[in-house]
Amino acid sequence: MKKNLKNKVALIIAVLVICLYGIFGIPSGLSGKALLEAMGKRIHLGLDLQGGAHLILQAQVLEAVNAETDNSVQQIQQDLKKANLGFSQIYKPDPLRVDPATQKEVGKPEVIRIEGTSPTQSDAVSGLLGGTKFASEYDLSGGSDNNWTMTMKPSFERDLNSRTVEEAIETIRDRVDSLGVSEPLIQQYGLGDNQILVELPGVSNLDQVKNVIKSTARLEIHAVEGGPFQSESAAEASVGGALPANEEILTTSGALAGGGSTEYYVLQRTAIVAGSDFRSAQPGINSNTGQRTVNFTLTDEAGDKFWDFTSANVGKDMAIVMGGTVRSVAVIRSAIRDSGEITGSFSQTEVTELSKLLRTGALPASLNYIQASTVGATLGADSVREGVTAAIVGMALVMIFMLVYYRGSGINADLALILNLIILLGIMGLSSALAGTSGGGMTLTLTLPGIAGLILTIGMGVDSNVLIFERIREEIRSGKAASAAVDQGFGRAWITIIDTHVTTIVSAAILFLFGTGPVKGFATTLTIGLLANLFTAVFVSRVIFEAHLNKLKPGEMVSI
Amino acid sequence: MEFFRSVNVNWLGKKWYFLAFSLIFSVSGIVKMSYNWTHGIEGMHSPVPLGVDFRGGTQVQVQFDQAPDINRIRQAIAAAGVTDARIQNFGDSSERSVLISLPEETNEQALDQGRATIVGALKAHYDNHFNPDTGVKVDVVGPTVGRQLEKQATLATLYSLGGMLVYLWFRFQLIYGVAAVVACFHDTLITVGAFALTGQEISLTVIAAILTLVGYSMNDTIVVFDRIRENLRLSRREGLTDVVNRSINQTLSRTILTSGLTFLTVLSLYVFGGAVLRGFSFALVVGILIGTYSSIAIAAPMLVAWQEWRASKGKAVALPAARRSK
Repeated sequence: MKKNLKNKVALIIAVLVICLYGIFGIPSGLSGKALLEAMGKRIHLGLDLQGGAHLILQAQVLEAVNAETDNSVQQIQQDLKKANLGFSQIYKPDPLRVDPATQKEVGKPEVIRIEGTSPTQSDAVSGLLGGTKFASEYDLSGGSDNNWTMTMKPSFERDLNSRTVEEAIETIRDRVDSLGVSEPLIQQYGLGDNQILVELPGVSNLDQVKNVIKSTARLEIHAVEGGPFQSESAAEASVGGALPANEEILTTSGALAGGGSTEYYVLQRTAIVAGSDFRSAQPGINSNTGQRTVNFTLTDEAGDKFWDFTSANVGKDMAIVMGGTVRSVAVIRSAIRDSGEITGSFSQTEVTELSKLLRTGALPASLNYIQASTVGATLGADSVREGVTAAIVGMALVMIFMLVYYRGSGINADLALILNLIILLGIMGLSSALAGTSGGGMTLTLTLPGIAGLILTIGMGVDSNVLIFERIREEIRSGKAASAAVDQGFGRAWITIIDTHVTTIVSAAILFLFGTGPVKGFATTLTIGLLANLFTAVFVSRVIFEAHLNKLKPGEMVSI
Repeated sequence: MEFFRSVNVNWLGKKWYFLAFSLIFSVSGIVKMSYNWTHGIEGMHSPVPLGVDFRGGTQVQVQFDQAPDINRIRQAIAAAGVTDARIQNFGDSSERSVLISLPEETNEQALDQGRATIVGALKAHYDNHFNPDTGVKVDVVGPTVGRQLEKQATLATLYSLGGMLVYLWFRFQLIYGVAAVVACFHDTLITVGAFALTGQEISLTVIAAILTLVGYSMNDTIVVFDRIRENLRLSRREGLTDVVNRSINQTLSRTILTSGLTFLTVLSLYVFGGAVLRGFSFALVVGILIGTYSSIAIAAPMLVAWQEWRASKGKAVALPAARRSK
């Protein structure tokens, strides 16, 4: 009997120590300040309690428009060829570019121009360009001088813009998740400027966050018209001094295929495949040269486009462009459909980064930071302080009352309550420690709804203790001896405690499965708290009673 | 020390008083909510006033000359009638700025109006100087809780009530599950009605408080049901009404104690917890009182009424299944 008791006590102390470690880790000191600091690292608080980073980003929706019209340009080219309708050129008269003076993106990428169609085929051209395939997106005009203009419909552009912002929000959410920050706030902001608000709790390193969110890794493949040239003027000279509207000059990043200096290439402005055309990407090693590669596959649609391009351009060069610089130039040896390998002098980090970003989804448009700052707790720092004080006062009142009403046994209840809190916070701290090592994922964050769950746990904890004590009192009143009374008290109350706890855990599990955000936070703290409660109110309280019973003289009664 | 040693109240005899009380509060709540819905409240067609979490609104950023005191700011704008603002520190302490978010309609006029209200209130009631032209920025902020979150939260709560009903069906009988769930609905209705009647806002934290009170009400109801089941097993000859009355009286001590203690904690939160948590603690204060009340006044009478109705139709009155556990 005594040995059994010792084992049980050892188990309780072990649980206590593990949970204290979960809360504090290994603190630098034992002063109040050091402990609070250690706790802050383990217990993650939500935005409503803590505040954190406050970022406002603007989605450059023109880029999404640009990508869409790029797609359409290729589609139109294909369709006109298939229908045997000739044309001299197709391009965007005011393409998207960065104004060197203001460093802002300018241009009208929503306009496409088709020039030099045959006068006799005018009707057929008009029918194709204005036909059902394009009519929902573009307005067709011109034609009398054999030149046609297709302009994206404003309603379609607005739709595209809001879709772009929504996709950007989802991608940002994925990237923030990968940072291991949980319960971020990401939403649309402002009146129609395509701005996005991102608030992340407890973030002190703004720069790291900014980089992760913003990285575009926009991968494109362009047809090469000429190069490499040693200077921009040489590149321009090769096209007769004036760069045609459908071409652009891009530089290499300097470390291309062993070359030391920056080289210039003249490329087709419209990308053959880009961004979301890539279905997957994996880092790899080229078996022949041992260089690092990115092995990619394209979507079916993109595969068709790529096949058309490569089969028509065997022997010519194509350039892999990432983030606006040429990363690799390859000769098209044969037609390629949908899988390929990009070899280049990439570093290991670059290859992994690129693959990861291609997999999690490229941002549909790049993001600019309008504002980056820190923000205080949503509830207001004053409320958090006041709330904590009020909660402590409330709990103290409860604990004092338990001592007065149940005398000696009141200590059991108070200890059980405190242990309950320690276990709950300990498990939260442990989960964040575990999540930290595995990178993101299940970090439990404490928010105000979580604290509501905690309040319910405490309420049900008090209830469990009261149930047991009232039963014990009933048994004593009906004449049982101390040990039997305690036994029966626990035995009878156990059924009730199981029923109430299982019912609430069932409901919390369903809330967790179907709820999001704050509802999930509530469900999580509730479930953990209730399980802790089952442990403390029944097992721990029983052990303390048993220890006390062992010390009683025969005929003496428990203090209750 | 002990209260309620031997109580012998005829709870079920008072059931018509209870019903009247519940009807008065539920109906007045429903009436006010319908009124709000049809006539609109603060410009929205919603049964209860909604906070900036649900509606979005205007966000005013103010930079002060001295370090801002959030408490004083909150009092200042409350004096001008704005009680539902969210106030946060902004930037690091050298910037001395705050963000004030108000629920408003999201258009240009509301932006200007929100700015004017805040600037006016701060000038009149807070002595920290700021430049009303260059030190104040306004913008529109969207709701934190999108339509989707609202829908998901409601669905999740309904499913969880269903789950509890199934579990209670399994452990007791179907009528017990139904009675418990009806009691929960009653509690939620009266609490939300209280918000409508007092004109308080529902925010995200209030939703959490409502989930808490559902859990608490369930807990309380199950404790009473458990005692009823045990007593029914022990005494086969007593009528159901007597058994239920006795069960309630036996658990009264525990009920008053637990509710009392939990109520004390929540009351402490309501009184000392500050203006922002007031909605949250108000929901809990009302919820705990009503949750305790509903187990005795709604759930138990429903059980008896159902069994009496079945008996009047000649069907046998069945005892709830008691699994032999421990």
